[in-house]
Amino acid sequence: MKKQNQKNWSLIFGIVLVSIVCVFAFVGLFWTPYEPTAMSILKNKPPSFAHPFGTDNLGRDILSRVMDGASTTFLISVITVTIGLVAGTVVGAFTGYYGGIIDELLMRLNDTLTSFPSILLALVFVSVIGTGKYNIILALGVIFIPSFARVVRSEYIVQKELDYVRNAKLLGAGDLRIMFVHILPNTKPILLSSLTIGFNNAILAEAGMSYLSLGVQPPDASLGEMLSNAQTYLLNAPWFALAPGLMIVFTVLGFSLISENLK
Amino acid sequence: MRYYVKKIVSLIMVLFLIMLLTFIAFQVIPGDGAISRLGVDATDEEVEALREALGLNRSLPERFFSFLGGAVHGDFGKSYQYSKPVSELLTARLPATVGLAAISIILILVISVPLGLLCSRKEGGAADRAVTILTQTLMAVPAFFLGIIITLVFGLILKWFQIGGYIDPKVNFTGFLQYMIFPAAAVAVPKIAMTVKFLKTSVLRELKLDYVRTARSKGNTERVVLWRHVLKNALIPVITFMGMVIADVLAGSIVIEQVFNLPGVGRLLVVAIGNRDYPVVEAVVVYIAAVVLIVNFIVDLLYQKVDPRVRMR
Repeated sequence: MKKQNQKNWSLIFGIVLVSIVCVFAFVGLFWTPYEPTAMSILKNKPPSFAHPFGTDNLGRDILSRVMDGASTTFLISVITVTIGLVAGTVVGAFTGYYGGIIDELLMRLNDTLTSFPSILLALVFVSVIGTGKYNIILALGVIFIPSFARVVRSEYIVQKELDYVRNAKLLGAGDLRIMFVHILPNTKPILLSSLTIGFNNAILAEAGMSYLSLGVQPPDASLGEMLSNAQTYLLNAPWFALAPGLMIVFTVLGFSLISENLK
Repeated sequence: MRYYVKKIVSLIMVLFLIMLLTFIAFQVIPGDGAISRLGVDATDEEVEALREALGLNRSLPERFFSFLGGAVHGDFGKSYQYSKPVSELLTARLPATVGLAAISIILILVISVPLGLLCSRKEGGAADRAVTILTQTLMAVPAFFLGIIITLVFGLILKWFQIGGYIDPKVNFTGFLQYMIFPAAAVAVPKIAMTVKFLKTSVLRELKLDYVRTARSKGNTERVVLWRHVLKNALIPVITFMGMVIADVLAGSIVIEQVFNLPGVGRLLVVAIGNRDYPVVEAVVVYIAAVVLIVNFIVDLLYQKVDPRVRMR
């Protein structure tokens, strides 16, 4: 009973955190208190009533930039994970269901790709196709395919031997129908959990890349880009680094608490 | 024996694939290496001469095999930017990266094993709950943000180390260690959190087994049961996990080197990407991927040494 209780608290805390950051990011898509790129003479000012998170080195409102940056980072992560999820599911479904030589080959390729640390792979992509918002989406999206493919594939290998699949076959269902109408819904629990983990990884990867100035390019704000900027003014304006950093921490913590409870 | 042969063959195959993929990746780049070096104002003869010198006018397979042959001998050609052999640049940057990884891994092992055992001793106890909340939170902190906080607190406020004051280990080894402990902590802390959590799950699984009951009924103290009997078995899955952590530490150091201004391999890579210095990028990518693969290879061998059941599979 006590354990159950504890779990519920951590789930609630996770949902609260995620809701807060989602509201920030969602509102940031349409409205921010100030124009995120508008400069003023109030440089590196600590948090005040007019600027709740203070201002940065160019006198820009940090709250507005965090909202804008969070929505950029979230948007990139959502699209990235969607690319990984859809492509990974299709690849995983076909290879897991049919097996054979193509499965063997693709899984070798998969092993090779996953043996690269993901940030390294993203760096390779970016050095080939260039930096910027859309290239980061493409790079990270492709990088997330193998991990989803692997999870889905192993699930399909188990499911395809089960009775309900045989029954469906006997009733004359085609392979595609079995794969995507019958089996796919049963992979939902495992997909949900890898989805939250994938989303966190995407947030961290985007932030890392933009921190290295190889992701989102200024004047676009992203959480990582803000952090890299803030480091120069750490002593005079620590709030500049704390706001985007804590935003990342809350997001990742919230999603990981939720994913923990999904298991 | 067959097990080892199989493992080595698959290691070589994957290494080959990595080289191939890396090579192909940099062939896809639009534009010509020679033109990008000389600029668009260069005359056709100049471009042609440089293409000849760089070997760009040979066929693709020919270039791949010369890249492969060179790489096997540790020769990755010359850097566009520094006009120095890439291998020389790489070797010069190794001490910082290797030092960072080594110190981080030592920190991870030394701190997480006792902490993991402490938590599993009394599941749900005060120590366990405190550590669980702490690890859950720390796992969510990206290493580079942690690095920034460490810079702020220990570098700027407490002044325990000088920011950007990296010391060459050949000049002053103690000074090197004193500086490196801070970036290493930034890399290690989130990983410690993960390892503690993983070890705890593993110990708790072991504690339910019969041999633990036997050990207890023989009159062993709880401490002896944990350290002597359970830990050995609980560490088996942790070995695989550590393989992943080492890969993560290497990748994470790319960003951390930037935060602490360390002259390591990761910074070399980031600067090379910014300057489109492709031979350097290729070399560093192959290098990091190879190290990760070899670490995983060693982990696999260790794993089957401590758990002979693996060989059967």
